[in-house]
Amino acid sequence: MAVCISVIAKENYPLYIRSVPTQNELKFHYTVHTSLDVVEEKISAVGKSLGDQRELYLGLLYPTEDYKVYGYVTNSKVKFVIVVDSSNTSLRDNEIRSMFRKLHNSFTDVMCNPFHTPGDTIQSKAFDGIVSGMMVQAG
Amino acid sequence: MECQEEKPIIYTMENKPIVTCECLVEGDQWLVSESPVYLLKEELAFVFEMLQQFEDALVQYDELDALFTQYVLNFGAGDTANWLGSFCAPVNNWSGLLLRRPIDMEKRDGIQRGEASLLDLRSYLFSRQCTLLIFLLRPWEVTQRALELLHNCVQELRLLEVSVVEGALDCWVFLSCLEVLHRIEGCCDQAQLAANCSHTVGLWAYATDKLKSLGELCGLVSEKGPTSEDLNRTVDLLAGLGDERPETISSLQSPYKKLKEALSSVEAFERHYLELSHAAMEMYRAISRLRSARLVGKSLAEFYMKKGDPEKAEAFLQEALKSYVSEGWSLPVTHTRKQIAECQKLLGRTEDYLQTSAMLAGDANLTMEERKHFCQEILTFAGKSEDQSDKVTLSMGVFSQLTRLQFQPATASVHSGAVLQVEINLRCLMPVSVHIQQLAASIHFDLERAGTNGRSKGAARQTIPGTVEFSHDTSSAGPSSSSGGPPLELEEIQDRSPTDNSLNSTGVVCKNTHLVMRLPESISLPDTPNCVSPPAVTLKEGAQMLKVQDVTLEPGNNSITFTAPSGQPGTYTLRQLFATVGQVQFVLPHIYPSVQYEVYSQEPQLTVEPLSEPLLAGLSQMVKFTLLTGHYTVKKGDALQLSNTDTMPILPSTSCSARISNPTGELVGESALSIQSSEKVTSISLPATPPYHTLEFQLEVLCIIPSGSDHPPNERLTNGEVRHRPRSYSHPDTPMTAIDQRMSIDCPWSIYSTLLALTFYIPFKTKHSLLSAGNRKYIQVCVQNMSDKNFTLAEVKLTEKQNASLELESLNTKTQQLLCSKHSLFCLWEVRWQDDLPSCLQCVFSTNFSPLKQDVSAFKPFQYQFQLERVTTLYSVRAEILPPAGEQNCRSGFLCGLEVCITRLTEPAEGEIAEDSKTDTEGLKTTKLMYEVADSSSNWAVCGKSSGMVSMPMTADATHKVQIEVMPLFAGHLPFPKIKVLKYLPHTAAVAIQPDPDSCVENDSLSLLDKALDDGGDTASIRSRGSVHSVGSGDQQQRGVAMPRLEPFSPGQVFNHIHTQQVLVLPATDDHIMEVNAT
Repeated sequence: MAVCISVIAKENYPLYIRSVPTQNELKFHYTVHTSLDVVEEKISAVGKSLGDQRELYLGLLYPTEDYKVYGYVTNSKVKFVIVVDSSNTSLRDNEIRSMFRKLHNSFTDVMCNPFHTPGDTIQSKAFDGIVSGMMVQAG
Repeated sequence: MECQEEKPIIYTMENKPIVTCECLVEGDQWLVSESPVYLLKEELAFVFEMLQQFEDALVQYDELDALFTQYVLNFGAGDTANWLGSFCAPVNNWSGLLLRRPIDMEKRDGIQRGEASLLDLRSYLFSRQCTLLIFLLRPWEVTQRALELLHNCVQELRLLEVSVVEGALDCWVFLSCLEVLHRIEGCCDQAQLAANCSHTVGLWAYATDKLKSLGELCGLVSEKGPTSEDLNRTVDLLAGLGDERPETISSLQSPYKKLKEALSSVEAFERHYLELSHAAMEMYRAISRLRSARLVGKSLAEFYMKKGDPEKAEAFLQEALKSYVSEGWSLPVTHTRKQIAECQKLLGRTEDYLQTSAMLAGDANLTMEERKHFCQEILTFAGKSEDQSDKVTLSMGVFSQLTRLQFQPATASVHSGAVLQVEINLRCLMPVSVHIQQLAASIHFDLERAGTNGRSKGAARQTIPGTVEFSHDTSSAGPSSSSGGPPLELEEIQDRSPTDNSLNSTGVVCKNTHLVMRLPESISLPDTPNCVSPPAVTLKEGAQMLKVQDVTLEPGNNSITFTAPSGQPGTYTLRQLFATVGQVQFVLPHIYPSVQYEVYSQEPQLTVEPLSEPLLAGLSQMVKFTLLTGHYTVKKGDALQLSNTDTMPILPSTSCSARISNPTGELVGESALSIQSSEKVTSISLPATPPYHTLEFQLEVLCIIPSGSDHPPNERLTNGEVRHRPRSYSHPDTPMTAIDQRMSIDCPWSIYSTLLALTFYIPFKTKHSLLSAGNRKYIQVCVQNMSDKNFTLAEVKLTEKQNASLELESLNTKTQQLLCSKHSLFCLWEVRWQDDLPSCLQCVFSTNFSPLKQDVSAFKPFQYQFQLERVTTLYSVRAEILPPAGEQNCRSGFLCGLEVCITRLTEPAEGEIAEDSKTDTEGLKTTKLMYEVADSSSNWAVCGKSSGMVSMPMTADATHKVQIEVMPLFAGHLPFPKIKVLKYLPHTAAVAIQPDPDSCVENDSLSLLDKALDDGGDTASIRSRGSVHSVGSGDQQQRGVAMPRLEPFSPGQVFNHIHTQQVLVLPATDDHIMEVNAT
């Protein structure tokens, strides 16, 4: 379903980034990194209007010819970015949302692990499994 | 079909149309036959438009759009909708959107005829939507929809597998983008555009992207220019554009013209491309989408690289790299850095290139081949034999990381000249093993502030850790900025007053403020391996270096051991680390946390300590001399000169050997000492000993017990110092009397003598007493063993020094006596004399002693001198108790008489006459005595006068009798009441206290002996022994003049016969009734 899933720390460095192996990983890195621009823009825009009562799901960040980039920001400013192939038109907004929710839950689990140092890259197998699940579904 | 006839529109009162057209929903068939439903819906839209209901009109188009999209998707999913076949025809026109006409009738006709391609249909629909949106004053929606449309079309064409000439879609997208932008520009003013560039920037970037790919396709980006094949392709692409639309022919800046021009030549392409790129970047920056701007910049850099203009490319790449590094995106960092490396290589910026190569060689994101390649680049350069000026200095961090540093010995503190090893652990990041010609660490040397005797100050100094761990991010491109800067390094400071060391103030100081207080954006840039350029490296050429030649660093952890210089005493701080590989030098500009070691210098120290505690005076015992050589090298022939003292001779012994041990305590040598004694000095020749070694040897010494009144004149030592007589004093820890015996030693390393003190303890305490029995005199000496050892005493002897006629007869039977620890031995002599008993006796008690169970040779002499004065018995006192007249015995309660008889036994001695006699008018010499009857035990009641004065003629056998009435209070054998006889000194009597012959003695030398005398006897005599003789006598005089006084006799001067005499006293009457009750 997704071609690239990434978790980005509050300070904008990647905590986790994984993409489908068939495609150029580097390109996704660039794409996700660039998407942070829009994420920040959206966060600041929302922050001004609604205060703290904002939705975590940011929606479509920006489309490119080949991909659609969706964003999600936790309350602790950790960003999730999912890149979806544009040709995959069957994907609805709700499904993206549920993907983010799943991702967020799994991320919370990782953070709850007492052996995980917050700020470190995510090494969790469980999290890996969730991400793999989301990427495999595309097949 | 039917609904075509019915007008499906109903107008409300408010001219709001209500559409009731269910048939539209099931619209599969409408489009089948020449798209009539499509036309129907469009006509409806026209109507709405005419009625100014743009919103509704737009809805119609949106619905059409959505419907069409759905058809395409279904078709793509396998639904066979044959009518879509026309859209699948190869695209042969890519002239882009046309938004200047309200209705593009040309296209509309095409659609009606069923000849329209997918692009035509989409273009037409969009142009209609665009028109309506502009009517609705929503131009920004146009741009957003335009982007969606363009993406969508590209996707749809892909989905439908429509064959398109390569680059045709790029042309179409490019033209469309520009057309939309033109259209928007046409209806908005500049300020609006600028304020809303977030909406337009996507189109700009998209256009830029497309133009770039077109340029690449047509060979306009390469350095060489387009090939003929490229030219053919260009021609084909341009053909697909068709003729320019009449609306834009007049416009100079039409998208059509732009594209044509851009594709016409390399220069024109470059101009257009740069224009677009810069516009896009500018806009991204304006809306602070810096990452996007940098991405455009990077793509621009790629363009420049292809054009062979690395200089311009580098600036963009560096900027992008900076952002990736600061945000910790390792993959983009690696990729960008690789591009930079290429750039720098082309530019011939060797140093930068090598630095970047070093970083890439250690980059785990690259394949091993790539890393090896970059590593080889460095090694190749390093191998070039060029002159020294071409040396390149690179930052160490990318080459290898210092992980640990360890000192051996771990205290990191050695004496000067000692071996100190520093082991460093380097984690080499290179993919292959690298041979290093020299690895060096520069040292900053601080001269020690507190002189050279460093060891004593060591406690106050902070301890230097023997092992220092250096922390690094394990991943070379890790989230370096996440740590939020270095940790605070706090240290407590205390400001103490220099005079009394009291605390003035205390506080906490942050030692690394410069690191902590950095601006947030610059955090981690200078000291991470990700940094863009190597940090400014300053080679601090220090005289002192840790150096190791020819080391091969394997990938991974390496351990290298240095031998640190330790010549001068002081503090050495490791500052920088250099690794030299041919022409390349890797430098670690700061070793942090700072690493220090300390070199101290030590003065030679000589100490003496007893082999066994406590040292007893009078016995020969071993003492250990310990010489810490410190910085001094003991050469052959160096000798210690001990000034001999009489009180503590050093006993020569043949088998004296010295042990030499190194600082760690291992024995390194043993050699015999030669000791030569002359009259004044004992010279001990030392064996050659290296510095900072310990030399130990033992000598046998004997401390002679001071015998009392023997006073050698003050003598001078060989070095001219006044010899201090050892002082005896009572030590608080032991009951024994202690003597501090000082030694003066001249050492070869110093012009000053070393003074050492040994404390000896006198094992014995001696007391003497004079005992009398009438005229007979006995001297008792008590020797008390205060020590913990048992001794044997032999040849106990008492001699008198002055009077040869005097005979001292020993009443001791044993020749040898055991004297156990804490026990006393009493010895007794009877004094016999022929003519006169001298009033003053100078006695010397001597004995030999040895520890128990040792042979006779071990006996040492012990002497005790004392003086007895006024030995002679002057008076005898007798008394008798006379029962009342007519009675045989005394009865309690009845008065009896006490007759006291005082008899002078001797002729007056000379001293005595001068002392306290008074000449009568008749020329008879008399002296006044006072007697006193005192009964302390309440046995007797003295009736009447209990004391009185008698005047005694000073001749032998002069007797004086005194009658006193006493009454016994109890019956029984009662001891006699005590009779005291005292000297009476009338106030006129001249105070004639004899000057003491000892008064020149130091006051304290005899305090030991004084104690023995001090039993209340001759207080005047004792007082007079004080060194402050004149003052004492003055005091006496004053008192003597003031009033008459009484003075007791010395013990032995008065012999009292009535001691222990008893008298029987009967009860007063025998009228006591004893009642016996028997029941």
